[in-house]
Parts: sequence; C-alpha cells; structure tokens
Amino acid sequence: MTTYAMVIDTITCIGCGDCVVACKTENKVPEGLNRDWVVEATSGEYPNLHTEFRSERCNHCSHATCVYACPTGASHYWKDTNIVLVAAEKCTGCKACIAACPYDARLIMRPEGYIDKCTFCHHRVDDGLDPACVASCPTHCMHFGMLDNPDSIVSRLLRERRHKALLPETGNEPNVYYLL
Amino acid sequence: MKRREFLKISGALGAAGVMPGLLGGCTSQPLPGTGKVTTTPTVCNICFWQCAGTMYQEDGKPWKVVGHPDDPHCRGRLCTRGTGGIGSYEDPDRLRQPLLRVEGADGQEFKPVSWDEAFDFIARRMEAIGERHGRDRLALFSHGGGGKFFRTMLQAFGSDAYAHPSFAQCRGPRETGFGLTYGEGVGSPDRTDMSHSRCIVLIGSHIGENLHNSQVQTLTEAIGRGVNLITVDPRFSVPASKSRHWLAIKPGTDMALLLAWMNVLINEERYDKDYVANHCSGFDELAAHVQPFNPEWAYLETGIEPQRIRETARAMAAAAPATLIHPGRHTTWYGDDTQRSRAIAILNALLGSWGRPGGYYYQEKVKLPKFPAPKPPKPASDWKAVVQKDFPLVSTGISNVMVDASIGDDAFFKGWFVYATNLPMTLPAGHDKMEQAAQSLDLMVVVDTMPAEITGYADVVLPECTYLERYDQLRNKAERTPTLALRMPAFEPRYDSKPAWWMAKGIAGKLGLGEYFPYQDYKEVLDWQLKQVGSSLAEMEKVGVKAFPRKTPVYMEEGKPVQFNTPSGKIELYSGLLEEVGQDPLPKYTPPDRPPEGYYHLNYGRSPAHTFGRTINNPQLFELMPENAVWVHPAAAAVHGVASGDYVHLENPDGKRSQAIRVRVTQRIRPDSIFMVHGFGHTDPRQRLAYGVGADDAALMHNVKIDPVMGGTGLRASFVTLKKTSEAS
Amino acid sequence: MIEEVLVTARHNPKIDPSLGIWTWEISVYLFLGGMTAGIMLFAAWAMLTRKQEVLAFAHDRFALWAPIALSLGMTTLFLDLEHKLYVWRFYTSFEPTSPMSWGAWILVLVYPVMILQTLSTLRRGYPTLAGWLERIPVGGWVMDLSENWRRTIAALAIPLAVGLGIYTGVLLSALSARPFWSSGALGPLFLVSGMSTAAVIPVMVSRLKGERHFFETTDVGLIFLEVVLVSIFLISLATGAAYHLEALDLVMGGPFTEAFWLWFVVPGLLVPMVLAFLGLRGYRSFGLLASVLVLYGGFMLRYLMVEIGQVSTWTDYAVQFDPQLLERLTQ
Repeated sequence: MTTYAMVIDTITCIGCGDCVVACKTENKVPEGLNRDWVVEATSGEYPNLHTEFRSERCNHCSHATCVYACPTGASHYWKDTNIVLVAAEKCTGCKACIAACPYDARLIMRPEGYIDKCTFCHHRVDDGLDPACVASCPTHCMHFGMLDNPDSIVSRLLRERRHKALLPETGNEPNVYYLL
Repeated sequence: MKRREFLKISGALGAAGVMPGLLGGCTSQPLPGTGKVTTTPTVCNICFWQCAGTMYQEDGKPWKVVGHPDDPHCRGRLCTRGTGGIGSYEDPDRLRQPLLRVEGADGQEFKPVSWDEAFDFIARRMEAIGERHGRDRLALFSHGGGGKFFRTMLQAFGSDAYAHPSFAQCRGPRETGFGLTYGEGVGSPDRTDMSHSRCIVLIGSHIGENLHNSQVQTLTEAIGRGVNLITVDPRFSVPASKSRHWLAIKPGTDMALLLAWMNVLINEERYDKDYVANHCSGFDELAAHVQPFNPEWAYLETGIEPQRIRETARAMAAAAPATLIHPGRHTTWYGDDTQRSRAIAILNALLGSWGRPGGYYYQEKVKLPKFPAPKPPKPASDWKAVVQKDFPLVSTGISNVMVDASIGDDAFFKGWFVYATNLPMTLPAGHDKMEQAAQSLDLMVVVDTMPAEITGYADVVLPECTYLERYDQLRNKAERTPTLALRMPAFEPRYDSKPAWWMAKGIAGKLGLGEYFPYQDYKEVLDWQLKQVGSSLAEMEKVGVKAFPRKTPVYMEEGKPVQFNTPSGKIELYSGLLEEVGQDPLPKYTPPDRPPEGYYHLNYGRSPAHTFGRTINNPQLFELMPENAVWVHPAAAAVHGVASGDYVHLENPDGKRSQAIRVRVTQRIRPDSIFMVHGFGHTDPRQRLAYGVGADDAALMHNVKIDPVMGGTGLRASFVTLKKTSEAS
Repeated sequence: MIEEVLVTARHNPKIDPSLGIWTWEISVYLFLGGMTAGIMLFAAWAMLTRKQEVLAFAHDRFALWAPIALSLGMTTLFLDLEHKLYVWRFYTSFEPTSPMSWGAWILVLVYPVMILQTLSTLRRGYPTLAGWLERIPVGGWVMDLSENWRRTIAALAIPLAVGLGIYTGVLLSALSARPFWSSGALGPLFLVSGMSTAAVIPVMVSRLKGERHFFETTDVGLIFLEVVLVSIFLISLATGAAYHLEALDLVMGGPFTEAFWLWFVVPGLLVPMVLAFLGLRGYRSFGLLASVLVLYGGFMLRYLMVEIGQVSTWTDYAVQFDPQLLERLTQ
C-alpha cells in the first residue's frame, strides 16, 4: 500500500487560485465545475487578525467513506494506493458517495452524469510528475509525494513543520496536510 | 451550518417534471495527454509581465499553457491568469472583424467592413487631419507590446505623441521619484532583489493580490525563509497576513510614516554611514529636514504607535543592506506621489540597499539590433513642450493630460490610436472624458481583442488576434539574466483577427509609408534580429527562451566608485532638479483630506484572478471570480445596516452612484475605509460574461489629485458611502 | 470571529452552495419502501396467524399492494440516478460496506418473496387477476405452489420486510458525513413509520369493522412508538459531538424548526394519534382523517430527513460572489 500525500504551506499560500485553473485545464474539467477550490479563513478582530489560505480538494482519505458508500465499486482506490478514483463505466450516479464525503469534494460530471473528483492527477503521478495544481503553484507552497518514503518532501515537511489536516475527527484519515 | 430556505420544498416538487434525459451520455473521457500532444512556445500576454510559456495542444485542441522552466520572469510557473490564458483565445465574445462607425437607420452603428476598407478610411482621415491641422496631431495610447508597431507608423506619418496609462495612472510617480534620486527608475519587471532580502517593507503594495509573477515568487520565497515582513496598509491584505508587523495606517498618511522612519534611522545613527558618505548627496539637508518628524508626531497623523515606528525602523536597520523598502508599483494615490516615491527611494538609500543583495539589483537586457528601416521624419512640433509644458521632468506621455489636450475645438490632438487599453475604466471618471474627447476628435481607432467600453467611442475598431495566434516582437526585458523569449502562433487567428504588425504595416501602405515596414512577414525581422545575436528563429521556435551571458555586475562592486545618472553623479537625497522646477527638493508631508461623516476612504486594488478589466470576460477567469465585492468593516456595516451578501450602491459626495456591488463584511479592513477590486462594472453588453457584474471604482473618483511633478492622477483621495439596494448585479 | 470564505467561486451543481443531490425521488422511494415493508409484515402476520376471517383484507388483498408500492418507489429511485444507463451496475458487484449495495441486493431477495406472497392471495383476493394468470402456462402451478407454501413464504417475508424497512433508514444514517443523519434511531424509526403508513391502508379500505379497529389500534401504538423514536433520534443528536449539536439546531431554532415541528410532528404524528384514538371511540371520519395524516406524516418524515440531512455538513464556507453568475458560463 502506497500513501500519497499533498502538503500545502499556508504560510506561503496567497490564495491566488492558480491551482484551480491549472486543474481545470489539465483535466479538461467542464465550465462550471470545480475539483479544487481555495478557502480563506480569518480569525480574530481588527487589528489582531490571522488569515490562512487553503487550497482544498479531495483528501484521498486512507479511510474513504465515499469508497465505502459506493454500491457498485465505481469509487475505488487506484492500484495499491490511497488515490480515490471513480470508474465512470461503473457509476450509476446514485450520489451516495457525494453524501458520504465530509469535504464536499465530489461533483456530478456534466453532461454525462457520472461522479467526478480530484484524481491527484494520477495520470501524471504515473509518469513521475506532480499533480497539475502542485506543478503550477507560483508560490511553490504545494508539495506532493509518498508518505511511505521517509526521505520524500512530504515526509520531511510533516516531520519538521507544525501541520494539520482537515476534519481528522471524521475518522476518514485525510492525506492533504496544511503546514502552519 | 448551511441555511437553506424551506421554501425549497415547493420548488423541488415543482421540479419533478424536469427529468434529465434517460439516455444521457455514457463513458468517461480518456486520460489527459493520451492523445497526440504538440507544443508551441509562447509569451503570455494576459498581463504586461510577459512570462514565457509553452502552449500544449492535444489532438489539435487547446489543452493547457504552462510556464517555461528557463524563464526568469516566471521561473517555470505561470500565474493564475496566465494559466487561464487559453480563455482569451476561446472567448466567443472576441472582436471578429473590422468595424466602421456608420450612420444607420436607427442612428450610428458599427458596420463590419473589410480590412482594406478599414485601412482606407483610417488613411483618408489621417491625411485630412494632416492637411487641416498638421501631421503631428495624432496620439497613441497603448498598453502592450503591439503598440510599438502603431508608433512606428505614426512616427513615419509625423506624429510622435504616445502615452502608456501605466505611467500616469500607475507607476509614473515611482519611476519619476526613483529617477530623480538614483538617475534611473525601478523598471519592469521591478528590480527588487527579494530573493535575498532579510527585511521587506511593503507600503500599500499588495503583492500576491497583484500577481506579478516573479515578484510574487520572490516575495513568497522570502516569506518561506522567515523574512521580516512589514506591511503598511489600511487593509489586512494578503501580504499583511504574512507580516510580522501590520501597520494599519490611516489612509493617506504614508509620508508621515516614511519621514518618521528617516528621523529614527538618522537620529539613532542606524543608517548606512559609509554608503551615504560614498554615494549620496544632500544628507545634511535631509537630516535637518526630518528633525521635526519624530515618531510621536507621526503617531498623531498615522495612528501607528511611536514604539512600533521605532521597532520597525530598527528592524529595517538591523537587516540592512538586505532591507527592501519596496517601491510599490501602482503609486498614483494622493497627488504627492512622486514625493512619496522619493521618500521611499531616500529611505532605501539610508539603508544602503540600492545596488546591494536583498535590495535593488542591476538589470541587464540583450543588446538586440534594430531591424534596418528608414528613420522617421522630425515631427513638426515638440508635442511635449506644447501639451505637457507644466511637467518638464516627464519624458513620456501623461495620458490624462493628453486626453485633456484632445477635448475642445482648439485641442492639440485631433486623432487617436488606442491600442489594448480601455481608457474609460482606466482614467478617473473616464467615461465622461471619453464622451468629450469623442466629440472633438476627427478620428479614433481602437485596436483590441475584445469589445470594451473604449470601442464604443471608436470610429474604427480593428480586431487583433490574441497572443496565442501571432508572432510578436521578441521579449527582451531587463532582468537578472538577459534572456530572449519568443511568442509564436499556436493557432491560426480566429475569425478575421490580425496581428498588430500587419495592421500598422497595412495602414502605412495606404499612406504611402510602406518603406518603414520593410518586410513581408514579421518573421523576417525576428530571424534577422536573432541571427545578429547568434541565434535564429528556427532555434527559438524550438527552445522558446534563450539566456545570454551577463556583461555587467548584478550588484554594486563594493569599494568602487559609482557614477549615478543624476546631475551630481550621486544618489540625490536632496533633489536640485526638483528645486529648479519649483518643487520641494525634500519630501514634505501634506495631511490627507478626511471623509465626511458616513463616508469612507475608497480603496481599490487587484485580484489574482484578473488583469484589471481585461480578463473579466475570459471564461476561465470569470469562473474564478465573477464579480467584485466591497469590503466593509463590521462597525461600518452596522451603521448602514448591511450584511455579507447584500448589495449596495456606492455613492460619492457628488452624488455619483456605482452599479450594485455585493457586500463582504470583514475584519480585514479599517473601519474608516472600504475596499474593492478594480476592473469590474463593465457596461458593454458585447462582453456577455462581464456585462453588468460588480462595480467600477474609477467612475466614483471625485477628488482626483494631480501630481505636480509627473502629472499623474492621484486616485485614492475619493470617498464613498453605502446605499443599500435590493438590486443584484 | 471566524470568517471562512471561498476565494475561488465554486458552484458545483447540486453540491453548492449546499447539498441538494437528493430530492423528492429519494423521499418517495424511502416512503414507499417503508410502506412496502409494512404491507409485507401485516400480510405475513395475517397469514401466519390464519386470520383470514377477522383480517380478511390483510390476509387476502393486502399483499398485492406491496409490489405496486415498491415498483413505484423503484421507478422514482431510477429517476434519481444521474448516469441511468449504468443502473445495471448495481448488480455486477456486492459492496459489503455500502448500505446502498445491501439495499439493491435486499430487493433481489424481497421481490420474489413478495411476488410469491402476492400469488398466494390472488385466488381469494383478486379472482379476476387469478383467472388471467390461470391462462398462462405455469400460472396455475405457481399459484398452487405459493398457496401450499403460504406460511413458509410469510415467515420468510417477515425478516426481509424488516430488513427493507430498516434499510431505508440505514441508507441515510450510514452517511456519517451528514451529521443530522448520524443516529442509530433512523433505521427503527423508518421501519415503524413504514408500518404505520401501511397500517392505515386497511383502516381506509377494509370493509370489516373489526379489521379496521384492529389496524386503528395497531396504528395508535405505532404512532406512539414513532413519537418515542423521534424523541430518541433528537436526543441522540443532542448528546452527540459539536457537529451533531449544530445539526440538531437546524430543527431546534434553526431554519427547519417550523417545518419539522409544525409541518411534521404536529400534523403528521400528534394530531393523527389523537384523531386515531378518537376513531377508536367510534368516530369513523376521525379515523379516516387520521389515516390521511399518517400518510402525509410518513412522507414528510422522509422528505424533511432527506432535506435537512443534506443541509447539515462538516464543511461550510461562505461565498464572496453570487454563484448564480457562474450560470452565465453555460448559457
């Protein structure tokens, strides 16, 4: 089992949205649909404020409730990894996976109707490339790699830096991390 | 918790009849990149930064555009807008063929005409202007490389006047202020060495929201290294959120802070004494000048505590010379902008950062010979001496002054060429000015890829093809490493659009001035130029970007004397030139106007998703940010009874109202200010996405302050109040 | 103050700004599925207890209602699918972790038993239908067979019907990403509600006063049980984590409060309980009204559960821009 993770540095992320456009062009996502998005979280009161930017997407959970909810096996783990994919030819469009995702990371493909989502650009990962969002980020705040390899950039960053994942309390074991 | 109205029940039951097609599509799409992939080098033109990239096509269809790894402008990565560049090519609302204003049955209308007809019309009008008023009475307004071709044509005709609004509405004060101090400007891309800075001070500059690629990359690289970032801004901007010190300054009082910082550096003897002694002139005058402006004085003006002013000044000194007081870019704010830029330049000099690592580096570009062509005739008059006589220190066109010189029967300018700049939304109250100018001018030619407000005033509209469909001048900008980059067509031009060189050459031909364009195809020029520097068009079509060895040092050589391009040959802390033209030789503080009760400082800025108004209609970028919102502090929101998601009209004290704009209530702004992203509020329905969304800040500016040194328009002295509306955008 | 706002506009249809993937089709399916379970249970009960005289409708005519209700429900379920041509994919694998897969396969077991149960009643309950069936080659033989095995079939129908009834609730409660659904009470609640909606059918159509009385009595009990289960459901949310409390708030002061209490609990549970009780005292029109309200309440329970559950979420971001504007892209 290989665990791929994305590690995103909120200290250097400026919330520019390049990741979103890069994903859309790389993966030819139809107009009006998004596989990733950017969130700005501001806490505190003027003038004592903290603002954090987060590029968000499917967390490719190790315990993916969407995969478990799928009645046909269309939602599945790619090869022996944590990358969650949807096999369109098995998908009935029942939307149980959408309801099962606590991150609202899935979408209904237009016009076909099967369910679609971030793939961690597995077609690029297969070629040894970073996902398109990571490869396009002008601030270099996004990193991608294997958690199983202790020398990978993601392992190293998670060892060295304070970090969080989103909603770990769901028990989904998300694999997108945010450096703080 | 999301709140969905219960009303949905009836709606959902009502929707029962709407059933998706039973036989809707089937299989998944093939994985990207599994088809036949071809690549073409390009230079992005979604903004003026001009990053080199590679355009990918798959099975003959546009796929993606990515940054060129060898390009110092983009360091391998395009920005949000560049990544969405294909949208400009695919935009169905593009200008499709030349348009000529004619008298139709229902008043004036645009009639599609052939290129030949369009060129004939233009040439006849130009000749008529030449005969009646003189051949020097045409002006060029340009924001983009293609303007150069029209300039060549106009110079050949006898008109030399041109302006980039990026001077008088943007970075003119900075270039002028630094020019007066160091003998040269900051340039573009900005020569800031943030990769090596230990302390960076941003004054009203929101890098990261303005997405100037390598600027953003070097800043975030510095942030990642833990640079001491100090941001002065009435708004908790993106860089402010990354800063160790956010100084939420009272709008318009930056000069007071700058003077106080100088006061601390000088009085605490924390300035770079050797540097100042070796390279600067006028220090004693400066030291005496700043004595009254101590942090306690500045506190009353700026609202920033004296101890924070001292603390930040000390941090700057501690990191010097690797301290960058960033010059900003859009600097036309309060009318004393050249002077404020001077203050920034002086502060950098005190810290010894000009010419030093972490401060300002020296740029170099490739020495690229000009394609042999005849020299244009000398114009009949010196237009600057006539039109811009009040601004003797300015060597380029001041767009607002030139526009004023185009209004009225006795106006100097009688014809305009407008290349890729939407003047009605660029100039304050631009619509009114355009209205007047359009009445006076005998000819207005607008060249652009998209219909926009400016095209509505044109006599002739010429549709340019996008950067992905044309060869263009080589990109040769001063940078750390001299590089050339090639823009070449990835696609045939869509519709009947054409490149600028072809248009300018065509008009010149009609005027009998063909000799000034001694080539059939611009590729000949590119190949000739490239061969002069040991490359060729064939090579560049393969590599896209080529670096050339640097011949001059990147930084000042320590211990060696430096000759600055100023009258004294030194960095001029005290400016004799300014004194000569009757301006303050040392920067002075003028308290800003304060808003009337119930009004707020109108602050505007950039979004990483858009290049001003030019990209709102780009489908890929519209999708990211389809409208602008007005940021309002909760206290102000309470006063006006508005909440996030409400719509308001902004109204200035003259009663001028904006379009409806969505409210965002946020802690991220001072209670006395509002903020909105510039570029929205398009009124041209031909841009089907951009039409009628958001509001235009430029239309609200009632208190424009003209900079007495460089003539630009100070745009941040206007005030607005909020009027709640039920009308959405 | 925490302001969490989407920087890049996101407007995935049916997901943003709040989940709206399931609407009336699913509610109708859950309603009819529960009712089917109830019908099968009551019919089986009548058969097992040989009450063909006292509970004549339940014994002889009720079973046919089950395949009709379920088939209608399956139709609306099909209508809900976004990728309809691939509906057969439900039956190319069994996914043990997926309640929906369980549901799909339970239907495979339910249908034949339900059909056999119906066939075992046709000759007595619907002689005309039975007559038509006799003319089909194996028709008579199948009816003979199902009549002979009637009690065994009824015995089989009971666990399957309970499974079907509970499953309609588990389908939702297994989706932990929607806090409002995260309650173990949902399965029993939907089963009991399904039985209650089934029980009112004989109250309305049976010609035997005794049978009507039996089902009215049963229904009073079921509605009472349903009230208890709704209370347990609310209490289980009230004793949950922060997200559950937020979800509970949707019906306890939040935007669905009025809908939940005034459109469901009062007219769909409390009023029919009182009316049914009065009906027992001999006011037949009250009994009929109670029955209609029980049907209404059963549907409202499903409808509101589906609606509110989708609105409850772990991830909630404000939007800066009007997402409707993005529809310009596809116009």
